[in-house]
Amino acid sequence: MSSPTTGKTTRAEYCVVACAEVWRHAGEVLAGPMGTVPAIGARLAKLTFAPDLLLTDGEALLIGDVPALDARAQVVEGWLPYRQHLALVATGRRHVMMGAGQIDRHGNQNISCIGDWSRPARQLLGVRGAPVNTLNNPTSYWVPKHSTRVFVEQVDMVCGVGYDRAAEAGPSATRFHHVPEVVSNLGVFDFATPDHSMRLRSLHPGVTIEQVLAATGFALTVPDEVPYTREPTSEELRLVREVIDSKGARDREVPA
Amino acid sequence: MSDKTMTAEQVVGRLRSGMTLGIGGWGSRRKPMALIRALLRSDITDLTVVSYGGPDVGLLAAADRIRTLVTPFATLDSIPLEPHFTAARQRGAFDLVELDEAMFMWGLTAAAQRLPFLPVRAGLGSDVMKVNPHLRTVVSPYADGEEFVAVPALRLDATLVHLNRADAQGNAQYLGPDPYFDDLFCQAADAAYVSCEQLVDTADLLKDAAPQTLLVKRAFVTGVVQTPNGAHFTSCAPDHDRDEAFQRAYAVAARDPQAWQAFTDRYLSADEETYQAAVAAFHEERA
Repeated sequence: MSSPTTGKTTRAEYCVVACAEVWRHAGEVLAGPMGTVPAIGARLAKLTFAPDLLLTDGEALLIGDVPALDARAQVVEGWLPYRQHLALVATGRRHVMMGAGQIDRHGNQNISCIGDWSRPARQLLGVRGAPVNTLNNPTSYWVPKHSTRVFVEQVDMVCGVGYDRAAEAGPSATRFHHVPEVVSNLGVFDFATPDHSMRLRSLHPGVTIEQVLAATGFALTVPDEVPYTREPTSEELRLVREVIDSKGARDREVPA
Repeated sequence: MSDKTMTAEQVVGRLRSGMTLGIGGWGSRRKPMALIRALLRSDITDLTVVSYGGPDVGLLAAADRIRTLVTPFATLDSIPLEPHFTAARQRGAFDLVELDEAMFMWGLTAAAQRLPFLPVRAGLGSDVMKVNPHLRTVVSPYADGEEFVAVPALRLDATLVHLNRADAQGNAQYLGPDPYFDDLFCQAADAAYVSCEQLVDTADLLKDAAPQTLLVKRAFVTGVVQTPNGAHFTSCAPDHDRDEAFQRAYAVAARDPQAWQAFTDRYLSADEETYQAAVAAFHEERA
């Protein structure tokens, strides 16, 4: 077991920090993390550089404290049943980080099914709230296992709307559309290119550009200079290792 | 005032094949499972099921009772994929009307308010528009001129919901953290059937609870059934949590035809009392 603050930073911990960074400038909005690493990241952001974030207990309560991943909140600051949650999305006061069964170079995301929709080879969850999320509040994505099966040329069913599809659909679709970031176990990606196609923004330390390209099924924009994802501070490491995730759930989602 | 209490069998006796049936709750949370089990004991089939899907959808799909499913998802929550739903989709067992979660909510709201549609931003640009070619858009008549999806009303012939408490007239109360959309389901339906953990006198509804727990009004309720543990194995806080061990057993059995036959024989072949006894035996065996 590594020391709480000085042990070598693991890949999962770089992912936690990268996810936390998604909410750095979010302000006083609901953070909607889906997945273990984003949930740790949102808590870390709230405990450090984004204290105004709102968090839920995963069900209908807004929590006033920042409990460990598997602990119950001791303080409730608000009520957010599903009907209010869906209405909140339309206000834009939320930044959600969803998963993706598939994602393409324009940021279209699929969690519904793999193969032909009319009779899928593999049925997944269904569209869930991806259409309403992507048109109303910032929607980032978390992919714990970066591969050509997930990062595809074209998704089989557009659930979360990407930049090209939003533009095609017109001004109502683009008005509040924003896909800030995609974080995977290999790096951080954004759409800061002239045509809003996906760009490699940073590599997690230990990962090479070749590795990313080999695991990506479309032409990824790679700038001349690609920085590494930043190091966590010793205080951030302490919070992740001792306070938020002392049982190491992050390592099960992103093995070393 | 009329006494609307009835049995689960009497509820099912009022349903017909080919109906559009709403089911309350969300995922594997507060589903009217005792009523679903009673429905499974009937011959009713060819249903259009409208639900934020959980094992209600799974059980009906496994028994091949669904002609059309209207849903944004089906999940068991702690187990992300509903195994019967995924298997049924992969064998093309029913038609799917796949809507976004918010579109679904506004569709129910439109139905409740007797509107043909409500405008929403959700859906534009997504393949929800492609896989549902019946969906139309509407242009704002005001200066903005924005275009929106006109989500059609999800009007229901009948609906089944499960709440914590109800009185004999159909006033129904939720005591957990989330009302889900059960009041909307009742308002959107021509006939609404409420099952409850416990039937109580009207005067006792607010003995230990605040008035805003009174979710469903009797004017929208046709029948009331007392079904203790009737949401099992889904959650019904604070009366009971989700039965995770049993849900795991359900999910494992659902992935294998022989195991599913055994599960059906043991749990679903007789009445609700037998089901609850078999569930108790399941836990005793594990103790």
